[in-house]
Amino acid sequence: MPTASRQVVVSNERGLHARPAMQFIETANMFKSAVTVEKGGDEPMSVDGKSIMEMITLAAEVGTPLLIRADGPDAEEVVQKLAALFESKFGEEP
Amino acid sequence: MEIKKGIGVSPGVVIGTALVLDSEDLVIPRRQVPPSEVVSELNRFDKATEAAGVAVRHQRDLITGRYGDEIGKIFDFHLGILQDKSLIQQIKKEIETNHSTAEYALSIVMRRYAGRFGQMQDRYLAERVKDIHDIERQVLEKLIGQRTQDLAHLEQDVVVIAHDLLPSQTAALDKKHVKGFATDVGGRTSHTAIVARAMYIPAVVGLGAISGEINGGDQVIIDGNHGLVIINPDEQTLAEHRESEKRHIELERELASLRDLPARTLDGYEVSLQGNIEFPTEVDDALARGATGIGLYRTEFLYLAEEVDPSEEVQFKAYCEALERLNGKPLVIRTVDLGADKYRPTRGVSQESNPFLGNRSIRLCLHDIPMFKRQLRAIMRASAAMERSDLKIMFPMISTLMEWRQAKMILNDVMEELEDQGQPFRRDIAVGMMIEVPSAAIMAHEFAREVNFFSIGTNDLIQYTLAVDRTNERVASLYCPGHPAVLRLLRDTIRAAARNNIGVSVCGEMAGEPLYTLLLLGLGLNTFSMNSPDIPEVKKIIRSTTMEHARQVARRVMGFDSERQVMHYLREETRKIDPDAV
Repeated sequence: MPTASRQVVVSNERGLHARPAMQFIETANMFKSAVTVEKGGDEPMSVDGKSIMEMITLAAEVGTPLLIRADGPDAEEVVQKLAALFESKFGEEP
Repeated sequence: MEIKKGIGVSPGVVIGTALVLDSEDLVIPRRQVPPSEVVSELNRFDKATEAAGVAVRHQRDLITGRYGDEIGKIFDFHLGILQDKSLIQQIKKEIETNHSTAEYALSIVMRRYAGRFGQMQDRYLAERVKDIHDIERQVLEKLIGQRTQDLAHLEQDVVVIAHDLLPSQTAALDKKHVKGFATDVGGRTSHTAIVARAMYIPAVVGLGAISGEINGGDQVIIDGNHGLVIINPDEQTLAEHRESEKRHIELERELASLRDLPARTLDGYEVSLQGNIEFPTEVDDALARGATGIGLYRTEFLYLAEEVDPSEEVQFKAYCEALERLNGKPLVIRTVDLGADKYRPTRGVSQESNPFLGNRSIRLCLHDIPMFKRQLRAIMRASAAMERSDLKIMFPMISTLMEWRQAKMILNDVMEELEDQGQPFRRDIAVGMMIEVPSAAIMAHEFAREVNFFSIGTNDLIQYTLAVDRTNERVASLYCPGHPAVLRLLRDTIRAAARNNIGVSVCGEMAGEPLYTLLLLGLGLNTFSMNSPDIPEVKKIIRSTTMEHARQVARRVMGFDSERQVMHYLREETRKIDPDAV
């Protein structure tokens, strides 16, 4: 089973709050692959990237590095799409 | 044996087996189910989540339409939670492994997340706890709504014991098997009281904490005449109450002899006594008690009885049924009066901090024009459906002229639509309004030029004028129909109607209270609309007095400056005529 992963950094000012988190899980849910998101630091955790509740629990503020992992037939594609969301700052800032 | 004292709000005595309802505070009824019910709990959870999703989607579309995409997106987040597979899996696992009820499983999983969210540094994220609670509440309401539905299928006669009955609960009740009510809170004008009188079953309210003291299955006597509830009575008490049950029936028979006599004073002044109904089937009871028509058809019960709003067709049929049973006698349909205390728990409406001053009644209709138009179409079509019928429309809770004009405009739109579609209706239908907000009573002269009739809703008029919540037992004693401020509004409204030559009725509880009959008659009221069991007693007083005397009483009352004087004097005068009445 193909796997893929990508390191991203939360770059929009308000962090991964409800709306970007929704964008994230909506995108993740369009793909077959399982998606997990890992956070390092003092309280390392790994959450289901398709669950809004879990994504909120990450409490990822601006500047937080995250690792997106996907396992499944479309792993590479989903990781790419999700990373692109972070790069575009979820369309929130110019 | 234990005796509890409350307020008797619907007469009669009944001896029955207790059915104790959960309070509406969304108390979670049970924590565990037997293993055999796990599958049905899973199903209940699925159905409730789905229904909550439908409600949220509906709300999102409504809000997006009104305030735009940005605000609407908040509801996308709620939808996201409702569709969160990981969350749903955790809840289902809780049901499967611990045999939890759907309510309990939902609650513990949501609380786990709420705890985690609440600890977050980021204030914005910590605030999302509110969303979790909101979603939890919505799903719980759906789950409890399902349970409420179970009340529709009772297998034996019961007396219902509750903290307070919700309109949605009473609408769902299997009326055949419910023989009495007893509740912790409430007063003479509470919903429980109104429904009990409409059903002709005894009820006692304001009993304190009775719902916690009676166990399901206990034998209970509900004595609506004396405001008593007796838990597990002894043999002697039982015998005494069987006796008084019999006497009550005899008294009823005596009053029934008045049925076919007109409500005419000794000096020949005749008024119309009409009935208030919630269901078309109640028309027969009203006529049997001597009603000359229906002065108030509360249509919101159509909306409260079902999970979804009634279709135009369902409403049309209900209105036609009422007209058919009336066979040409007058019927006043009040457009839907939802909101405040009358909500279906499953209706996706957000909590308001002050519901009685909020988006209720006509305001709710003017905010949901498709729903409003659906009802108006049904009413207008019913207006032409019978060969013999006398149908009027009335809008509730009008507080400004603009509101009245807006409602009329929508009615005109509906008529045009019907005309374009070739549907028959009566264009000359009389359209009136409720006077139940002080601003409308004060402006009665202005309104009287534009409306066909007034109907004074004293329950709300009193509560808004005196700023008293009649169901709050700590201030309920301040609620008094005899308050001079209320009486002046009544007098001025009746006067405004007379000067402009339009009809005026009182359809609140006050119309059916014998204590106020002389006064209302003397003020010039020409139509009294009440719960039909009250008709014979009111008729008896009218038939025993003269208009001249009633006018004197009214003049005297209007000179008093305190409700105490008013009540004392009215009690004295009424007793002179009919010692049994008050």
